Amino acid sequence: MEKILDIKDLHVTFTTYGGTVQAVRGVDLYLNKGETLAIVGESGCGKSVTSNAIMRLIPSPPGKISNGTIHFKGQDLTKVSEKKMRSIRGVDISMIFQDPMTALNPTLTIGTQLMEGLRQHKDVSVKEAKQKAIEMMNLVGIPNPEERLKQYPHQFSGGMRQRIVIAIALICEPELLIADEPTTALDVTIQAQILELFAKIQEETGVSIILITHDLGVVAKIADRIAVMYAGKIIETGTKRDIFYRPQHPYTKGLLHSVPRLDEKGKLHPIDGTPPDLFSPPQGCPFAARCPLAMEVCDKVYPIKSERSDTHQVNCWLQDERAKHLLAETASK
Amino acid sequence: MDMLRYMLRRLLIALVTLWIIVTITFILMVTVPGSPFSDERSSNEAVQANLEAHYNLDDPYYMQYLLYLKNISMLDLGPSIKQPNQTVNDLLGRGFPISFELGMITIIFAVVSGVVLGIISALRHNGVLDYLSMGFAVLGISIPNFILATLFIQKLAADWEFFPVATWSSPMHMVLPVAALATGPMAIIARLTRSTMLEVLTQDYIKMARAKGLSPWKITFKHALRNALMPVVTIMGTLLAGILTGTFVIEQIFAIPGMGKYFVESINQRDYPVIMGTTVFYSTFLIFMLLLVDIVYGIIDPRIKLHKKGGE
Repeated sequence: MEKILDIKDLHVTFTTYGGTVQAVRGVDLYLNKGETLAIVGESGCGKSVTSNAIMRLIPSPPGKISNGTIHFKGQDLTKVSEKKMRSIRGVDISMIFQDPMTALNPTLTIGTQLMEGLRQHKDVSVKEAKQKAIEMMNLVGIPNPEERLKQYPHQFSGGMRQRIVIAIALICEPELLIADEPTTALDVTIQAQILELFAKIQEETGVSIILITHDLGVVAKIADRIAVMYAGKIIETGTKRDIFYRPQHPYTKGLLHSVPRLDEKGKLHPIDGTPPDLFSPPQGCPFAARCPLAMEVCDKVYPIKSERSDTHQVNCWLQDERAKHLLAETASK
Repeated sequence: MDMLRYMLRRLLIALVTLWIIVTITFILMVTVPGSPFSDERSSNEAVQANLEAHYNLDDPYYMQYLLYLKNISMLDLGPSIKQPNQTVNDLLGRGFPISFELGMITIIFAVVSGVVLGIISALRHNGVLDYLSMGFAVLGISIPNFILATLFIQKLAADWEFFPVATWSSPMHMVLPVAALATGPMAIIARLTRSTMLEVLTQDYIKMARAKGLSPWKITFKHALRNALMPVVTIMGTLLAGILTGTFVIEQIFAIPGMGKYFVESINQRDYPVIMGTTVFYSTFLIFMLLLVDIVYGIIDPRIKLHKKGGE
């Protein structure tokens, strides 16, 4: 399959008065054409920073891509000029933000905000742009598009606004769509509708999607592959089946175990402890301090990547031959 | 339709406000000791009595008050007592255009330069330009306009002769009074624009605009500035009032033949109709400008509806 995006050893740091935060610490990721990759992890694990790095939208200073490459369609996005980057943003790569209530400019009409990206990048007349805008409004399921183009964001509900944000992101027909927690700020019923919309859009346009989320329910619904992120590193990647049915990393297991279940009353199963401080990340496995199966080696050396299969990789010392018995013990529990 | 009803309501409120202003000014005026003729030592008592009778000053206060209300409702502000053969309307007609010119040039200059300074500061946050313009702004806020005015006259006009010292006859004459009067408001606007601009620039919709691949120019002026201007529009009312009263002082210093001169002189001389007339006129003007500010508010931000009912 053709890789549309290939990230190698990405490092992002933020310099603050308190020191340097290593938000992303050597991320390797790739995305195949037409697939949906979900990046999951708890707050502050670096998933949004990774997506902002792809768009080169990290506020600089204080942020900085300190190392690594991001290959997109034959060019390294960490090296291209800001001007060139502007012609990629919104055209080849689009982004959807978490909170539709704040992502739209309150003083401009929906029509203006929909059409400006198109007018900026493509040589189209106002009439053509409007036609395209109406087409997009139809695609994302907003009734009376012609009327509604003249309205302002405050005249739309949250779910409608997120549909508009999606329409804005798609109007230049990008090849890659980065959705940063697109359903987090929405009601559960609206969430389902928006997820269905993503599936429909992908089917109709063939766009590749990177979905950033901490909601495993969302992942289960639309992702093809999953990357689990923890403390600025990808600790496990695999297909949806790999991750949901054969999770290997104790953190992934903990994450799956923490999802509340309908058939199990009362108790929640959180992962004890908190993620490490990224001002001075541990030299070994960042999860070691919270890991029920942590060994001596985990504190000292970061685990090497083990290939479970072509699609499934995990960074955990438990994969080492010498620790196999430990895994077997927990599996039998 | 809604707009019309809103305007009518505002007009009604304006009239009530004016009536209150007239009443308070009248009470203050008659409470202050002295009369227009008290310094004319040469005239004997019979002449004074005649003069007072001529201007109805011998009537009881409530009669004078009612008479004034009646005249003012017909837009007649009465005669000037101290300037023979001149009505207050004459004085206003002569002085106001000059004061208006001074005030308007000042406000336009203050808004444009203040907003530009604020934007530069925000975009170069914590840079040299930011520190420079904010340092300048603090100076502008701290130094009263009459000090600036005298400083300008001393240095720029008298010593270095870049500009004429006083009066109001050519664009060169306007530079110093406008600069002295505009510095304060400009500094306030610059600081306000900077802080709101900084806040707006961190908003999600700015990030979204960047994610669309828009140019920094478009992001700043189309997306950020419009939102950042709201607080500036809000304080325009207060600034207008400040500039208005500022013109009195500046006109005195630069010997500009505007309204300010008549206003100050009339109080010193107890020229009752002129005091009342200028106060009423300035109040009307200010009320009108505030209404304008409210309307502009609704234009800039579509979420603000001027009228409560109707609309979305």
